[in-house]
Amino acid sequence: MYTDILKEHNAVRSNAGLFDVSHMGEILISGEDAVPFVNKIITNDVSAIPQNKILYSPMCYEDGTVVDDILIYKFSEGKLLLIVNAGNIEKDEAWINKHITGNVKVENISDRFVLFALQGPKSEEILKDILDEEIELPSFYWFIETKILGMKVLLSRTGYTGEDGFEIYLYLPNSCADYEKLWNGILDAGKDSGLVPAGLGARDTLRLEAALPLYGHELSDSILPIEARLRSFVKLDKKEDFVGKTALNNQLEQGLKRKLYGFEMTDRAIPRNGYDVTKDGKRIGYVTSGGLLPTLGKNGGLLLSEDLTLENDDVVEIIVRQRACKAKIVPLPFYKKKYKK
Amino acid sequence: MEVKQGLYYSKEHEWVRVEGDQAYIGITDYAQDSLGSIVYVELPQEGKAISRDDVLGVVESVKAASDIFSPISGKVVEANEALLDSPELLNGNPYDNYIVVLSIDNQDELKELLSPEQYDEYTKGE
Repeated sequence: MYTDILKEHNAVRSNAGLFDVSHMGEILISGEDAVPFVNKIITNDVSAIPQNKILYSPMCYEDGTVVDDILIYKFSEGKLLLIVNAGNIEKDEAWINKHITGNVKVENISDRFVLFALQGPKSEEILKDILDEEIELPSFYWFIETKILGMKVLLSRTGYTGEDGFEIYLYLPNSCADYEKLWNGILDAGKDSGLVPAGLGARDTLRLEAALPLYGHELSDSILPIEARLRSFVKLDKKEDFVGKTALNNQLEQGLKRKLYGFEMTDRAIPRNGYDVTKDGKRIGYVTSGGLLPTLGKNGGLLLSEDLTLENDDVVEIIVRQRACKAKIVPLPFYKKKYKK
Repeated sequence: MEVKQGLYYSKEHEWVRVEGDQAYIGITDYAQDSLGSIVYVELPQEGKAISRDDVLGVVESVKAASDIFSPISGKVVEANEALLDSPELLNGNPYDNYIVVLSIDNQDELKELLSPEQYDEYTKGE
């Protein structure tokens, strides 16, 4: 079923790809204090968005480093659905429970969902084919509840590839039969549009080209969101005091110590997570994510640098198996995102 | 997975073809299939002395870099430079595209390698 990472990558950029990302976690926050509570644990401001809108936000520790980066789906003032990274589900649930204030209930409902991501320029036409009713599709970062092939789904215009696309949450009512019906139904509908199943390998090359952060690489419990170019998702002026606010505020006042930059290899070599980066022979940081940028026909990635004077076209060296391989700093993203806003 | 006759095999998924006192070394069909698209190959310098289990070179797929461990000891006679521009040759034809030629230090080391049948068994177990 799955073919080759590069084939899947190209299919998503040209037509569409279907990803099974059911391993992601879902945590429901309900109760009259849902919004102020969530606002106390995230850096962004969920009170500022309307119903049916989605918010991206880091969630930080006291020292400003990152617990996880999450999406918040606002069903209402009293109901928020948090989408969390697969590897962080337990950690996030414990963190959220540790900080409960007010009249709220926290429920880990991760096992109640199957989640598919349909991504690529042909996504919209493929989806329209299988919707039960002729409805208006949500715009970028909005969601609706609707029915596909007779099954109730949560449908959002979100994704992790830099292309137009949708994420489809199937409420797992009963059986594997529904899972297969939805998966095969979408593949079938997309047959003539060049839709292919795509795996996590392609998911990573796609998000890297779009310069989207990956928890554990660009964000972690030793990296601040403001170092990872996420300053605009940190709302220091919102009403609620939030975990990490003081630390982030202080760091901004003192000036950042490190920053994420994009780079492309000029020497023949493949940069990888963890490789050291030097400038004029002096170590300045390390590669957070690296590899192929297939659409560009180049190799490149993201690096975290302590040298904040870096500018586009500056030459740095990536140390690959003890050899210094030249690279140059480039503007981000590598691939211009094609969201339908 | 193709396991070709007339070759020796290692548990690290390399094959060895002996021609006189020289050994042609490559990676097996099983290896290229596990790696996926090979996008980069790093070759050793000619003349380099290699001991068994030393890193002979590196093969990189989209996701990761994998060391090639030498199944025998010897000296690098030739490295297949065609792989520098066309690493995908290893996916298309793993047995026809050798990576390195070594002069064999000790023919006895070949005895410790696997036969095609033994390698076939071995890969079925993995």
